[in-house]
Amino acid sequence: MALITPLREAVSSLVRDGDTVALEGFTHLIPHAAGHEIIRQAKKDLTLVRMTPDLIYDQIIGMGGVRKLIFSWGGNPGVGSLHRFRDAVEGGWPRRLEIEEHSHAGMANAYVAGASNLPFALLRGYTGSDLPKVNPNIRFVECPFTGERLAAIPSVRPDVTVIHAQKADRRGNVLLWGILGVQKEAVLAAKRSIVTVEEIVDDLEAPPNACVLPGWALSAVCHEPGGAYPSYAQGYYERDNRFYKDWDPVARSRDGFRDWMKRHVLDTEDFAGFRRVLAETAGPKAAGQEVA
Amino acid sequence: MAEAVPSSADFSATEIMTVAASRLLHDGTVCFVGIGLPSTAANLARLTHAPEVVLIYESGPIGAKPNVLPLSIGDGDLALTADTVVSTPEIFRYWLQGGRIDVGFLGAAQVDRFANINTTVIGAYDAPKVRLPGAGGAPEIAAQAKEVFIVLKQSRKAFVEKLPFITSAGFLDGGDAREKAGIPGGGPTAVITDLGILTPDPVTRELTLTSIHPGVTVEQVKEATGWDLRISPDLKTTEIPDAAALAALRDLQARTARAHGQSAGGEG
Repeated sequence: MALITPLREAVSSLVRDGDTVALEGFTHLIPHAAGHEIIRQAKKDLTLVRMTPDLIYDQIIGMGGVRKLIFSWGGNPGVGSLHRFRDAVEGGWPRRLEIEEHSHAGMANAYVAGASNLPFALLRGYTGSDLPKVNPNIRFVECPFTGERLAAIPSVRPDVTVIHAQKADRRGNVLLWGILGVQKEAVLAAKRSIVTVEEIVDDLEAPPNACVLPGWALSAVCHEPGGAYPSYAQGYYERDNRFYKDWDPVARSRDGFRDWMKRHVLDTEDFAGFRRVLAETAGPKAAGQEVA
Repeated sequence: MAEAVPSSADFSATEIMTVAASRLLHDGTVCFVGIGLPSTAANLARLTHAPEVVLIYESGPIGAKPNVLPLSIGDGDLALTADTVVSTPEIFRYWLQGGRIDVGFLGAAQVDRFANINTTVIGAYDAPKVRLPGAGGAPEIAAQAKEVFIVLKQSRKAFVEKLPFITSAGFLDGGDAREKAGIPGGGPTAVITDLGILTPDPVTRELTLTSIHPGVTVEQVKEATGWDLRISPDLKTTEIPDAAALAALRDLQARTARAHGQSAGGEG
């Protein structure tokens, strides 16, 4: 497979049933287009990893593709709950979701440890919290030098990491800027990686210390303009806050959710098709009301 | 700012909570800010009495000076107005764990009498009645900031005798339990609500009502608390918001509503 390749082929050959997959993004640059492609291709029994699972994880979970979620904060930012995630945890629908829960500091360190090829992450963390009582993967070790008790958690080593970025050049070198979250660490911690980008250019024009992921360290680079929508891509488009608000009523009902996903994702060919249908239905709210 | 300056006698419970919380932040303080009410109070401080307050958000912006309140923790405005934007691992490793944060400013779904915080679950963890979003950055912010402010509305649902889950530690079982557990930061110094301000007793660390907002009765505060709330013998009345702070807050919220299309950047 060529490094610069269509998203459909990248997901088809790099994401496998049963994989541990991280689609990362901290509010900014969330790889929605790639998430939709995973849903269209009906990838199964995934373990999803993400610090801040939001709408795209709500969708993959609600469609039944997820066995386990490793995370540190799951919500619809600025709006409220992820109803499909909650229904899977509280109601076991459409299947029971196993959860492994951390703090942000724990997850961030676990990605760094994964990228550093270490078996576990070490941090001052979790002290006094009940999280270690419910998550056997949070343990404590003694500093060999001072005897201090420190938290240890396994590295995150995804089979595949998927991120969205602003630009790639024709050799597949990728530039991202703005709020970076853990994207670089997540890519370098993974066995395989897919990066969707807003545009492919002749010259990245990146200053020397910019966050550039060299093409040779990536598995696939896919040209998906608008691929972070409804999140944002700094320098390209703003976050569609209305979509996040309108998602709430759609995700509240199982039937409404399924109908919306069929119409907007399963029955569309690709992300451009999703955007076209979305424009026709004037956002998720309109579609949700039809089935309410 | 073109509107008439509001009368300082005319304010809502949420407004006095926000203004009282913002007053606790001093100029030059380095503050790790949670989204929602903490972010509103911290930005109000920056726009009024504390222009040099340094606001750090867990998504990476350091020294953020947003023009409108962020709807999410990673809004682009935070990045564009910051002194620098670093990765999320760097924020937690170098800046928080590195001991550079004066104040952690947090919200909460529930607190108990020792200012422990729950943002994880209502009911049993394995069979939740309500699954909340989870920890986010709070456990380490609560543990490692030199001091912690918590802002939330006061009610029996939120101020509970026993938390179903401690997500982030306050003073655990009280007394010196926090120190004995080896938690480095000083812990909560104030819980600011829409009814008053609670501060931990210096010895027992039990939250005590030390300031009550004007127009609120002690019975009202007790009624909104799920344990037998201690009242300070030196109970003060919270200073009413000054007109300039109220004007700045309303202006900020109006700007925010215009930018986000009605939402005032609150929590869900």
